[in-house]
Amino acid sequence: MTKNILLVGVGGQGTILAAKILTLGLMEAGYDVKMSEIHGMSQRGGAVSSHVRYGAKVYSPVIERGSADVLVSFEQMEALRWLDYMRPDSTAVVNSQSINPVPVLVGKALYSDKILDEICAKVRATVLDATAEALALGNARALNILLVGAAAKIMKLDDIDWNGILAKNVKPAFVEINQKAFARGQELVTA
Amino acid sequence: MKILMTGDEAIARGAFEAGVAFASAYPGTPSTEILENVANYKEIVSEWAPNEKVALEAAAGASIGGARALACMKHVGVNVAADPLFTFSYTGVRGGMVLVSADEPGMHSSQNEQDNRWYAISAKLPMFEPSDSQECIDMLQEAFDMSETYDTPVLFRITTRIAHSKSIVETSERKDVPIKDYVKEVHKYVAVPALAAKRRIVVEKRMNDLKEYSEKSAFNRIEKGAGRIGVIVSGMCYNYAKEVFGDDATYLKLGFTNPLPGNMLAEFYKLVDTVYIIEENDPYIQQWVERLGYKCIGKPVIPPFGEMTPDVLRMAIHGKGLDVVDYDASLVVPRPPVLCAGCPHRGFFYELSKKKDTIIAGDIGCYTLGFAEPFNGMDYVVCMGAAFSSGHGTQKALTAAGKSTRVVGVMGDSTFFHMGINGLIEVLYNNSKTICCILDNRTTGMTGHQEHPGTGLDINRNPVHEISIEETARALGAKNVAVIDPNNIKEVRAALNEAYAKDEPSVIITRWPCVLKHMNDNDYEEFGQDLFRKKYTVDESLCITCKACIRVGCPAISIHPERNKSTIDPAQCVGCSVCAQVCPKNAIVRAEENR
Repeated sequence: MTKNILLVGVGGQGTILAAKILTLGLMEAGYDVKMSEIHGMSQRGGAVSSHVRYGAKVYSPVIERGSADVLVSFEQMEALRWLDYMRPDSTAVVNSQSINPVPVLVGKALYSDKILDEICAKVRATVLDATAEALALGNARALNILLVGAAAKIMKLDDIDWNGILAKNVKPAFVEINQKAFARGQELVTA
Repeated sequence: MKILMTGDEAIARGAFEAGVAFASAYPGTPSTEILENVANYKEIVSEWAPNEKVALEAAAGASIGGARALACMKHVGVNVAADPLFTFSYTGVRGGMVLVSADEPGMHSSQNEQDNRWYAISAKLPMFEPSDSQECIDMLQEAFDMSETYDTPVLFRITTRIAHSKSIVETSERKDVPIKDYVKEVHKYVAVPALAAKRRIVVEKRMNDLKEYSEKSAFNRIEKGAGRIGVIVSGMCYNYAKEVFGDDATYLKLGFTNPLPGNMLAEFYKLVDTVYIIEENDPYIQQWVERLGYKCIGKPVIPPFGEMTPDVLRMAIHGKGLDVVDYDASLVVPRPPVLCAGCPHRGFFYELSKKKDTIIAGDIGCYTLGFAEPFNGMDYVVCMGAAFSSGHGTQKALTAAGKSTRVVGVMGDSTFFHMGINGLIEVLYNNSKTICCILDNRTTGMTGHQEHPGTGLDINRNPVHEISIEETARALGAKNVAVIDPNNIKEVRAALNEAYAKDEPSVIITRWPCVLKHMNDNDYEEFGQDLFRKKYTVDESLCITCKACIRVGCPAISIHPERNKSTIDPAQCVGCSVCAQVCPKNAIVRAEENR
């Protein structure tokens, strides 16, 4: 059975590297893997998504609405935007950070304070301040790998050498912080 | 070796393995990364061309010179390249030649959703449609062999999800394909009417011969299932259909799609009772099937536009999708793309959008975002390079109607070299008064920072001849040429006012690098060692919450929800200072320099 991990966020938050680390780990574990994301205009601070699918044989690289086994959101409003992609009984990992979209910045819309409540009312969700957690480890930008750690835990992808994958695929100076972030992400979903 | 590759990476790998010696492209989503990856193979001469027509012509010339050659472009780029394409189809090749067209079902980064498979029909070209990254590699080997065997350029049609999705591939070594000796063959390559008319007959025979190939091709196949439902697919739709129809259905999977295999279709229809045709964009396969007299379910039951992803297909075929979580969507605010913090287009659009009695002709690039909030600074966008020429037409019409309205054309530096230069010639030659603005951010921004003829660097960032936009404009005869700093809004205002005061054309070149570009020593020398290393902050004791700074539309600035004062996110601010210049109370000040 094909499994689906959907990573969503705002352009520039590091979803692409997160998806890359996930796919490399899954390939090393022997799965067939496909991944899809949209580049181009959507990068400019717009909403971004990376679809990761794995199993014995994967056809579509795109996750079907209603079928994500885990939704990993780098920003709280983005989690809500993509909530209908979740299997109703699956889990969301939500970074509580909020990033104002332009309509909010220019005062034409409000960023609601009810978003996390709405998510938690509708699905099983782990809400965490991944940005602060990563900052506490030494670098806020490691929030993406922290969230990968959380997703790997939820998907029970425990037999994969994630530290080795990180060592081979991030710049040497950032290997240690990312390994710590991955471990912290794993801790946070069991807590 | 097994690796994960996007379709774009796999096409680059396929070109390497096929012994390609020359590759040319103009950047365009979703095709850009093909040439970027080809350039990593030192065995292949790789070049950014100023536009798609030039890219295709250069590849055609390389083929005539005996080399295997590749040209890559997005779907609308093929419109630009159509002229040489149709003739090159007649002359045929010497070294194999493949044109990659990256179509955009769903229009993620494009102005239209045209289906370039029709080009295969009208230009009389064989066509491949891969369904994953492995097929990108495998079909490309076949495409180059076919190109030489059948003496024809080959169209290689991919879509966004092929280009930008990753799947596992097995790579091989590079084939040794020597560049063939040049032979002068006037009868074949000089496309004058008398000779081309003879080639016309050759082309017809070639397409007939290819019908036989299509029936036998390993890339066209029937996959038998247990049930009596049949599904005809090509490209990425094969994968989408497999998710929705499963392994019970019988598939006619078409990878070679011009000419299509009529006998195989007849065999397929013997195996099934109900046939669905799943394809994105136009009913290309459907029209062929219906013309041959078969019944099928295709469009409009299958939506005529957008991507045919599994949820779309499930809804179209079964009338309902999977169960989903119902949530309060009213809490979700749209998140459109924005000009980045520090974008040099911001200061320019801030001033331009204040001009009264003005029509702004836009173009294709990041600056197209000037159309949206908060600037609303664009009246129309036609296609790449059209700002000055379309602006010229509008200016002529309005002037003829006795109106005093001024037309301002806005395009980027790469766009100027692409086709925009022709628009400037139009303006200068036909005595226009259109104001021509070139936003020179020293790179091709939207597609991810490719070099171009004005940056002084080639695709591998080696120094090459740099073509000056200013000198080009002056050489064409433009009398009023100003080069300005777009982050200095007084300078922008003064340049616009001066241009508006003249009853003749003006050229305004804004020159400041894209904040995301790959900076080099020349950039730091010209724009300062502290380029993008400054930061601004709000002195809250001076801020009167007038929101003037908010109206520059910078993602780094917002009104603090508790303190009700403007606040600047230090992680995003790179010190362009536009907000500081519009603040009536001088409340926005330099923060400590932060390197």
